[in-house]
Amino acid sequence: MKKIYGSAAEALDGLLHDGMLIAAGGFGLCGIPELLIAAIRDSGVKDLTVASNNAGVDDFGLGVLLQTRQIKKMMSSYVGENAEFMRQYLSGELELEFNPQGTLAERMRAGGAGIPGFYTKTGVGTVIAEGKEHKDFDGQTYILERGIFADLSIVKAWKADETGNAVFRKTARNFNPPAAMCGKVCVMEVEEIVPVGSLEPDAIHLPGIYVHRLIQGEHEKRIEQRTVRAA
Amino acid sequence: MPWDRNQMAARAAQELEDGMYVNLGIGIPTLVSNYIPEGVNVTLQSENGMLGMGPFPIAGEEDADLINAGKQTITELPHSVYFDSAQSFGMIRGGKIAMAILGAMEVDEKGDLANWMIPGKLIKGMGGAMDLVAGVGRVVVVMDHTNKAGESKVLKSCTLPLTGQGVVDRIITNLGVLDVVEGGLKIVELADGVSEEALRAATEATIV
Repeated sequence: MKKIYGSAAEALDGLLHDGMLIAAGGFGLCGIPELLIAAIRDSGVKDLTVASNNAGVDDFGLGVLLQTRQIKKMMSSYVGENAEFMRQYLSGELELEFNPQGTLAERMRAGGAGIPGFYTKTGVGTVIAEGKEHKDFDGQTYILERGIFADLSIVKAWKADETGNAVFRKTARNFNPPAAMCGKVCVMEVEEIVPVGSLEPDAIHLPGIYVHRLIQGEHEKRIEQRTVRAA
Repeated sequence: MPWDRNQMAARAAQELEDGMYVNLGIGIPTLVSNYIPEGVNVTLQSENGMLGMGPFPIAGEEDADLINAGKQTITELPHSVYFDSAQSFGMIRGGKIAMAILGAMEVDEKGDLANWMIPGKLIKGMGGAMDLVAGVGRVVVVMDHTNKAGESKVLKSCTLPLTGQGVVDRIITNLGVLDVVEGGLKIVELADGVSEEALRAATEATIV
């Protein structure tokens, strides 16, 4: 079992191809796979479709792949923090598929759980529902949303053991578990790889079955909105 | 005098009941947490994956791994718990969150809400707003009654792309409180010193 790789570039070797669908964990800049994003930038792979709640900021997170024009389409719920995103979208260079945040998370979870579609009342009567199958259950109207089956998942956890059993820290968990689940291959970056047996089996957030390749590295962990109260 | 932002937040805080799990939106709704009545214990959800959201940290104690849905640094409380985004929206969609208090650009007499997009101008995304209004037990909107040009934002029919259809239960504005009822809106309360005539004049929606 060779799960642990020496660098993000090595961990992605053989996995990237133009036009692929990548699911990425993270919320804002919190819990993003920053090392893998940098390695994808350096690889030059292009025409990517990326399913990620946000698109980073101009110079960090997925924003770096927008700067280099490697992303063709984003599937996101909120992209307000990225001026370059807005520019590319308004000029028609970038496709955007808005998903309600919970629908996006559930589409990833469903894909990972082998569920190709599910009905939700989120978005009924809005532009999100246009063109989607409507169905009534017990007098309420729902729309059909599709599971996401990604070619590759890139996620970030706090710690993982050598078999990929992973734990996240605080709100940095966010989209990482559902994103990890929905990819054919999942590459995870962590702050620390620990020996098998050192994590409490009852306290694992994501079982290693979902994690195919693992790297450890230094993370910048940039804060997007530093907000404090008087001491 | 119409209510100011803090008075609107304080009025919205009166909607909270002991033991509730609540989601507060960005803007005035965030201020609601400053006015939670004494003896009322509520648990605040942050839809990026937390129940039991605490106040902003003191300087030097910010944690990049601990933010709210507005990406601001926050703190945890003794009863806080973290979970992933799929579970977070599972509890929202599943009706486990009793109430959401959120802002709006427009509301109408049918309870439709628009708060995420101005075509051609503002294209940031709906975030979790569509999930929240479709899923939580009760939706309370806090907003100014009119826009900067003095035009009503409480309409017969929303003009902007909707966040949800028939989802709003109560509207708290700088002029008063209205409920969405059969046939239109019902005045529940007037802000101090605001006449019913003034509120009606600022409202395009049918008042029943």
